[in-house]
Amino acid sequence: MTDATTIDASAVEDGKRRRARMRYLEQMAKRNRTLVTPEGAALNLKISTFGERFGAFLLDLGLQFILIFVTIWAIATVAGAMDVRGWQIAGALAQVLIFFIRNFYFIFFEIGRKAATPGKRALGLRVADRRGGRLTANAVIARNFLRELEFFLPLTVLFSFGAEGVDTWINWLLLLWCAIFALFPLFNKDKLRIGDLVAGTMVIHAPKVRLLKDIASVEPLDGGTIKFSTEQLDVYGIHELHVLEDVLRQSTDEIKTNVADRIAKKIGHTPVAGETALAFLEAYYAGLRRRLEQRMLFGDRKEDKFDRR
Amino acid sequence: MSERVMKSYRFREEREADWAELDRIIKLAESKGVGGLTDDDLADLPHLYRQAVSSLSVARNISLDQNVVAYLETLCARAYFFVYGTRARMGERIAQFFARDWPAAVSATRGPTLLAFLCLFGGALLAFFLTLNDSEWYWTFHSGWDSRNPNATYEQLRDTLYTEDLNIVDMLGAFAAQLFSHNSGIAIFAFALGFAFGIPTAVLLIYNGVYLGSFYAVFWQKGLAYELTGWLFIHGVTELFAIVLAGAAGFMIGGAVAFPGRKSRLQSMRESGEKAAMVIIGAVIMLFIAALLEGFGRQLINDDTVRYAIAGTSLVLWMSYFYLPRRGEVDRRD
Repeated sequence: MTDATTIDASAVEDGKRRRARMRYLEQMAKRNRTLVTPEGAALNLKISTFGERFGAFLLDLGLQFILIFVTIWAIATVAGAMDVRGWQIAGALAQVLIFFIRNFYFIFFEIGRKAATPGKRALGLRVADRRGGRLTANAVIARNFLRELEFFLPLTVLFSFGAEGVDTWINWLLLLWCAIFALFPLFNKDKLRIGDLVAGTMVIHAPKVRLLKDIASVEPLDGGTIKFSTEQLDVYGIHELHVLEDVLRQSTDEIKTNVADRIAKKIGHTPVAGETALAFLEAYYAGLRRRLEQRMLFGDRKEDKFDRR
Repeated sequence: MSERVMKSYRFREEREADWAELDRIIKLAESKGVGGLTDDDLADLPHLYRQAVSSLSVARNISLDQNVVAYLETLCARAYFFVYGTRARMGERIAQFFARDWPAAVSATRGPTLLAFLCLFGGALLAFFLTLNDSEWYWTFHSGWDSRNPNATYEQLRDTLYTEDLNIVDMLGAFAAQLFSHNSGIAIFAFALGFAFGIPTAVLLIYNGVYLGSFYAVFWQKGLAYELTGWLFIHGVTELFAIVLAGAAGFMIGGAVAFPGRKSRLQSMRESGEKAAMVIIGAVIMLFIAALLEGFGRQLINDDTVRYAIAGTSLVLWMSYFYLPRRGEVDRRD
């Protein structure tokens, strides 16, 4: 460490950033629910956020609307071709259809193998039992019938009575009721809505992850000519390694070149003849990961570059 | 092997093929169900699953490759949900629901059902006698727009009970409207409000009983009770039964919250919630049947005797379906 008297502005900035990152990690850790399988292994399930759930719900609602409109339109066209009362028939059938969709859309999909409605699936969510047991059909039914109370009924009442001269304050009361239920997930740590509470379920975020190629492959780009000293590898920690992994996997060439320059400057690396930014980054990634994994095996996790022991 | 190759890389290299195989099986199972798997797949699944789970534990400790750990986390979670998840097929489950689960759930809730019945018909009796003594009471329970009020004549009231001109569109309309009439809303509300100790459920049931009772009194005074009963109960047996059962489901949850016994309130609510769900989905099905009876049956059948026969038959059918003891309970799977 440099002299305590000469703390420069960038070090302060670094410290702030690190604290922000730690807070973020802490929040992420709060979302994890550890589930111990019968084999004794721990699975980390992630509770889905309110935003994700709300998004999934809107998607499902939109899908239901589309489904209903398309069917009504089709019925009306067919019926209208035979009879002038086509729209009347379509209207009556539509009500029947709405009854079914409203009551069974969510149940049908959540009882299914993926335990998720199309909206949930699109956002990588699924319904799970809160204690890690199997998700029963009854739980799915219970959680979805309570949705009726939480959302649909207040809204229906609001829309149907709004015009007929019911006092405004009743409408406001209903809206408040609706809001309390809709926002209920914000106020408990598992992000449960009332339906989840009654049914003993939770919604988790488990998107599919593809297994990508390992960056530290057997045939390095540079043919193994780029070498780093232990001091050079001890500059960074696990956090930086993961950032580097993200950079290598999903950023543009320009960013890669920038990052390569900064790392080279920081660790004092002199480029070998004909070395590219990508080859350098991959070589450094491999070297860093190897070094950090080695230290980890000895029980010494270097969390980030500030972690000096 | 190059000197650069590290333990975590070799670890991955040795197991990658197995992970991919498990991934394939799970993907297949998720899209096609167990039926889509071959015998070999099924035989491989348990050890592939166990291996992936142990790979995950090891990877967390030796690998700093984010992608590998994240991949294993989701792979294991998916496999776990499949291996320990529900297995019955939709068709099987539906058959089982009608054959056993529904009647069993209903007959297991006799207490709450009786309570809901008393609330509904107690309210009805009360309002009936109140309105008989003083028809002004009617206006306490009803708003003015209904033409079936104490000031209506015998003919006006009688006309509302029978349909002369028949039309399929009108019947369909009546059926659809019935689905959305306040009854189905009340049934679901009665269930959903149960968690507030069942008090809103009781209020709702009594209020509906009152509504019904005062309505009945109006017809009684005009000497139309016999006709009204037929008109009402051709579908009303099914519909009121459904409302009573929905109320019973609400009471179950309310009771579980109010008196959790040795369990925690959440736990107790959750257990009764599962049982109540059976009853409530059954009630929705009954309401659907009631809507069919009201929309079509009541318009087509204008003969009192036949209406009574249908009402009586449906009562006998529901009662024996729910409450007749059955034998041979097989072990249950969900």
